[in-house]
Amino acid sequence: MITRRDIIKTAGAGAAASVWPTALFAKPDTDARFVLVILRGAADGLSIAAPYGDGNYLGVRGELALPSPGRADGLLKLDGMFGLHPSLAGVYEEFEKKQALIVHAIASPYRERSHFDGQDVLENGGSGAGLLRDGWLNRALAPLGNSFGNEKAIAMATNTPLVLRGENSVTSWAPSQLPDAEESTIQRLQDLYAEDEFFATRLMQALKSQELANDEPGMQRTRGRSGNADQVRNMMVATARFLSADDGPRIAVLEAGGWDTHQNQGTTAGSLANRLAGLDAALIALRDGLGSTWSDTVVAVVTEFGRTVHVNGTRGTDHGTATAAILLGGAVSGGRVLADWPGLAKSDLYEGRDLMPTADTRSLFKGILADHLGVPDAMLERSVFPDSAGAKKTQDLIRA
Amino acid sequence: MKKTTVIATNRFGLGARPGDFDSVDRNPQTWLLDQLQGPSRLPADIRKLPPSSSVLTDVQALRREERQRRKSADSDNPDMVPVEKYGQVARSHFMDQVAARYRTAAASDHPFHERLVHFWSNHFAISADEQPLPTITGLFENEAIRPHVAGKFANLLIAAEQHPAMILFLDNQRSIGPNSQFGKRANRRNKDRNVGLNENLAREILELHTLGVAGGYTQEDVTTFAKVITGWSIGGTNENGRFAEGDPGKFEFRESFHEPGKKTLLGKSYRQRDVDQGEAVLRDLALHPSTAKFVATKLARHFVADAPPTGLVDTLAATYLESDGDLSAVYQALIQADEPWREVHAKYKTPHEFVVSTFRAFNHVPDDARFIVRALDLMGQTTFRPGSPEGWPDTAEQWGGADGLYKRIEWCNTVARVVGSKARPVELGNAVLGPGMSAATRKSIARAESEVQGLTLLLASPDFQRR
Repeated sequence: MITRRDIIKTAGAGAAASVWPTALFAKPDTDARFVLVILRGAADGLSIAAPYGDGNYLGVRGELALPSPGRADGLLKLDGMFGLHPSLAGVYEEFEKKQALIVHAIASPYRERSHFDGQDVLENGGSGAGLLRDGWLNRALAPLGNSFGNEKAIAMATNTPLVLRGENSVTSWAPSQLPDAEESTIQRLQDLYAEDEFFATRLMQALKSQELANDEPGMQRTRGRSGNADQVRNMMVATARFLSADDGPRIAVLEAGGWDTHQNQGTTAGSLANRLAGLDAALIALRDGLGSTWSDTVVAVVTEFGRTVHVNGTRGTDHGTATAAILLGGAVSGGRVLADWPGLAKSDLYEGRDLMPTADTRSLFKGILADHLGVPDAMLERSVFPDSAGAKKTQDLIRA
Repeated sequence: MKKTTVIATNRFGLGARPGDFDSVDRNPQTWLLDQLQGPSRLPADIRKLPPSSSVLTDVQALRREERQRRKSADSDNPDMVPVEKYGQVARSHFMDQVAARYRTAAASDHPFHERLVHFWSNHFAISADEQPLPTITGLFENEAIRPHVAGKFANLLIAAEQHPAMILFLDNQRSIGPNSQFGKRANRRNKDRNVGLNENLAREILELHTLGVAGGYTQEDVTTFAKVITGWSIGGTNENGRFAEGDPGKFEFRESFHEPGKKTLLGKSYRQRDVDQGEAVLRDLALHPSTAKFVATKLARHFVADAPPTGLVDTLAATYLESDGDLSAVYQALIQADEPWREVHAKYKTPHEFVVSTFRAFNHVPDDARFIVRALDLMGQTTFRPGSPEGWPDTAEQWGGADGLYKRIEWCNTVARVVGSKARPVELGNAVLGPGMSAATRKSIARAESEVQGLTLLLASPDFQRR
């Protein structure tokens, strides 16, 4: 019986050789791995890392305030000011190993409250919505060169998210609920596509992804709605597969939905706690799946904007401005919270309602791209993040 | 058979049904022009749907009721919410509308007209992400778009912007003029309250519906235009129990929200009062050269190539302006131009187009609309949910990746298994691709080891996946 693996192995020499230069199989020789996790729906930074040391915290957060460190189900102490949500126990383990870092009061340059526009700005890397039609991570691929292989990045989704869209070729993969086509059908399609580069390239990319994902039993049959906690975890398991393969991509983007907690947000239990626990399990699954490669990995967990400081009328929070970001991985110089804390007194808030931004997501991304992936500073300023002179690269994010 | 027959049927239409080529081949261009007015009667599946005004009124009432019940429920346990009927009702409206859309597309004898409905519904995209939009997005397409696709663009524009689905999607019911009766009262009462303009609808009209992002307007124009259309709202009671005047679930101009006075926009001053002011601006926007260029570019991209030929764009834009934005005149210029008729396969089908053309090839639509929604979701184009007011891109950058192609192949295989025994692959290939079937595809299908495999290869072939 012919397997997918055989098909891929023979493709370079077989009928498809004309459109399958062996360069496709050029192996990356960099050790660096980068995973970008986008939490869609605006995750509540004040719950991810709560400022329990701020004298106004209990008052402004009311029934959504989390118990201080040391109390039952209390926050996991990061320092004298901040505590991590108790559902993020795995991230906390990494924090204690100095492999996790929280950046607080961070926001993209976007200052309004539409999810779509907020995600657009977070991903396009420009200074406003709709200003750029491609994504900053795609633009950052151009200078990386062959040391990152041919397919440098993968979107863990059927549709490539904006952050990875653009001129540079990227691949994509998502689990399917449809039965596999027979091997012989796939093989015949490869022959049929041989003279058509558009189809041939995509089928080859897809088959390669299928092969990598298929090594994980059960991966193909992930069920459930997108954003479901198990699904995110399973996607991370697959991500680890892709990133640890010799000839796999070195950069991956994942999305997780369900963070728009307008009602019944909950505290140590409830809907947000469940989401965070799912995220935590996913991140730990990535760490475990990457094994020794974890030491070369940076994971950035970001969201389009934060949520209101005050609780709304339905025990939730509404769209806000600044939030928290998580950085973790063996390559991260962690064990600390990076925050120029703006405070929670009424006069400290953005428009009297949101956490005031004091850090810029572009600064964070610049720090990772420059010091972890080796993107030259000049490129960062010119093409990756145009109009970002005000957002200086965050220094020392990466272990020396 | 003429090459233009294949192009008319598969690129301008929604894909050939077996037998279609015979009637198209007499004169493909005439076949298209004859469809412009659409069928004389609304398609049966669409006639059966209730109007959006009654759906909106019913679901808002249901939602209000459930909120009330939730408030009075056990307050110590917020997770214990009474059983929700709303979700079921909303889902069933959504699925009925999806089923009607795809049945109509699969069976239509006016597939060019039907394609125009889909094209304009994507131009004026509503994303059914938040309730109650999923209950009326398909109705928006039928009520605001369908009657106007072959008329003056201005009428299409006004119908789209005044439909409750658009008002809700872009939050215009919340937009309150600072000097309106309501705005002045609210600001006197409480200075911190967030009462004021919401620029969403105004901005998207300028950027996505008319002038285009580089169409020559400023942020000040956006703000002024937002003031012009304050008060464009929906009648009846909303989910919070507010407002009672006007026809429930229909467009309503709320004088008390409207920013009074003369306004100057794009260098022209508008002295009209009330709703007339906004309509006057829309009529002017419809005839603006930037709008002509924007519409011409989008049509050329849709019907000719991802990178539309500039000469054709200029011709279409000129026709648009000469005819005062008469869309039929523009379609006629497009059909009579040379550019669309050069390549048989010029565009990679979107998942939506691919699924519709498959339904037409097999003359089969799944009975349960959930299969359609699931299939499109897997291929990356969730029905009525493009995710933003920009709609789905008409180039392959977003949904045209490796995983999307692989999902199509899996789906072809699944469809071939379900309906495979009804069709013979080579015959079907001839019937739906005609001279558009390449020698390689023909050979591959003919040598297939089974009919199911042959059909899978046909559907997954580059010839069938392009139009």
